[in-house]
Amino acid sequence: MVEVTWQGPDVSARQNVEDRARALNRLRLSDDVFRIMTRSAAMFVLAILGGVILALFLGSLPALREFGFGFLVSESWNPVTEKFGALAPVYGTLMTSFLAMLIAVPFGLLIAMFLTELCPKWLRRPIGIAIELLAGIPSIIYGIWGLFVLAPFLQQYIQPPLIKTFQNVPGLSALFEGPPYGIGIFTASLILAIMVLPFVTSISRDVFDAVPPVLKEAAYGLGCSTWEVMRYVVLPYTRVGVIGGVMLGLGRALGETMAVTFVIGNAHRISTSLLAPGTTISATIANEFTEAVGDLYTSSLIALGLILFVITFVVLAIARYLLMRIERRIG
Amino acid sequence: MNFIKTIVAAGLVAVSALPAVAADISGAGATFPYPIYAKWADAYKKETGNGLNYQSIGSGGGIKQIQAKTVTFGASDMPLKPEDVEKAGLVQFPTVVGGDVPVVNLDGVTSGDLKLDGTTLAKIFLGEIKTWDDAAIKALNPSAKLTSQAIVVVHRSDGSGTTFIWTDYLSKVSADWKSKVGANTAVEWPAGIGAKGNEGVANNVMQTKGAIGYVEYAYAKQNKMTTVNMINKDGKSVAPDAAAFQAAAANADWVNAKNFYLILTDQPGAASWPIAGATFILIHKQPQDPAAATEALKFFSWAYAKGGKMAEDLDYVPMPASVVKAIQAVWSNEIKDANGKPLLTN
Repeated sequence: MVEVTWQGPDVSARQNVEDRARALNRLRLSDDVFRIMTRSAAMFVLAILGGVILALFLGSLPALREFGFGFLVSESWNPVTEKFGALAPVYGTLMTSFLAMLIAVPFGLLIAMFLTELCPKWLRRPIGIAIELLAGIPSIIYGIWGLFVLAPFLQQYIQPPLIKTFQNVPGLSALFEGPPYGIGIFTASLILAIMVLPFVTSISRDVFDAVPPVLKEAAYGLGCSTWEVMRYVVLPYTRVGVIGGVMLGLGRALGETMAVTFVIGNAHRISTSLLAPGTTISATIANEFTEAVGDLYTSSLIALGLILFVITFVVLAIARYLLMRIERRIG
Repeated sequence: MNFIKTIVAAGLVAVSALPAVAADISGAGATFPYPIYAKWADAYKKETGNGLNYQSIGSGGGIKQIQAKTVTFGASDMPLKPEDVEKAGLVQFPTVVGGDVPVVNLDGVTSGDLKLDGTTLAKIFLGEIKTWDDAAIKALNPSAKLTSQAIVVVHRSDGSGTTFIWTDYLSKVSADWKSKVGANTAVEWPAGIGAKGNEGVANNVMQTKGAIGYVEYAYAKQNKMTTVNMINKDGKSVAPDAAAFQAAAANADWVNAKNFYLILTDQPGAASWPIAGATFILIHKQPQDPAAATEALKFFSWAYAKGGKMAEDLDYVPMPASVVKAIQAVWSNEIKDANGKPLLTN
């Protein structure tokens, strides 16, 4: 009997140990499975990125071999003689993005300043939501709106007086010359500016909000006007973050395809006039890929893609780096 | 993001062009004849139970797919040169005829008010004639009300058989155009703005005052656009319509054209529209899948016999009977199975 009573707890203890081991094993197994699943999902992204780079590079090899460095500096894009150069689309891409930022950045900063400093509370939310909705509109809608509404309006009411006004002004006459097409580099830049505005605005607003109130209050206390507080306290404090937001917007502007294709005019030319039609890298690819006959033509289009990839990669890398720096400072 | 999209799109095109289920005929290529092929396929399926799976991926894609043997037939608006047809072991034949039409957007000008000849048209598209009241245009249209409105040239931004027909015509009538630009499905345009697809050009012309562009006849007709009359090779002014395309096709020397390599631009005949063109089918001489190829030939045979009315309804011109006869002779002489037996005999 005694032995038996002593055996009971012993047996159950052993069972307990076994149970615990089994449970632990099960836990470990599910942890392992989970870890492998998450890791392979993450690795998958890297593999896709690597695959895209590799595919772009291999695809563009024939064109790069044929034209060499000349591909980057030649303006010719002639499917008849199979002479291709990237200069016109690269110029169009950089020019439209640059002009878009030139318009969107001041606008976006003004909106962000209004929202953080001057806006009555009840108006904050509607404006904030409107800005976010602007970011949610599909780019094809911008394209259609640009072609059917904005372009005819510009052609009839804005461009003719622009051309007339600057006709005899040296320097500016070259920027605003030629027949009013309605569509072209200028129209594409306007559309892009509207599209990147939400990026610039919402990131600026967030970083402005992160400025310690005590700094602003101190400045107001010294008798600064709102403009002076923004100019000498808020902007310097948030400079890096604002630049990061601008870069993110720039990344979108550089790669934007549909909206630009609608309103840029799709002409492989570099003109001094901002009203003249041009083209961008992504518009060229979207337009010509399906009907590109011949290996060299297709390969040249893929090489354009590679160039755009490199440009956006660099821009986004800079943006991430700057945003990381400000996050570290705020955090 | 956009490259990923492009690559995904390319992948989808490749996947969608895989051989279809055995009973269905698979084809890929030109977008211009897609409406009529789709209509024929629908009627043919109702009559015979055999379906046709046609992917309108563009002429360039059609040529690539038939060379890669992923489809039973390829379709192209630009005929392959006879040596290329031979080299690839293909047979080429035309199915329907259509035409390019110059369209304009000018205040106070309606269809037929304006007429142009080839040289003037080439100069406009070269960017040498910049305003509508240019002496060359005025000389052809003494009574039309033309202002100093700037000319906005609208052309296709994507490669297209429509562009091939257009530039081929300009190359034939203008030595300048031939040496500076040439003829192809896509060219280096010296002037103007580009728009994607016939509908893109149509929209841009309708949006832009002073614009001139070119579209397939069907688009001009359906959108009720202002068309321009052309002065043809015989020096006669003709309006773009089915009868004028028919005249161009009838006056052409199909029977002596090797591999039916014939571009219907600048054809003789008082009633001929000068900017017409046929669309073509490409099929292997010794198909990998003779059963599918036979089905495809049966389909086109049926289309020639019974599809004429449907083609006319959609503003295409069916092939003249003499040409159909010549095409069917080529089929029975050249398209054979592995044993050298013709797939289809008449």
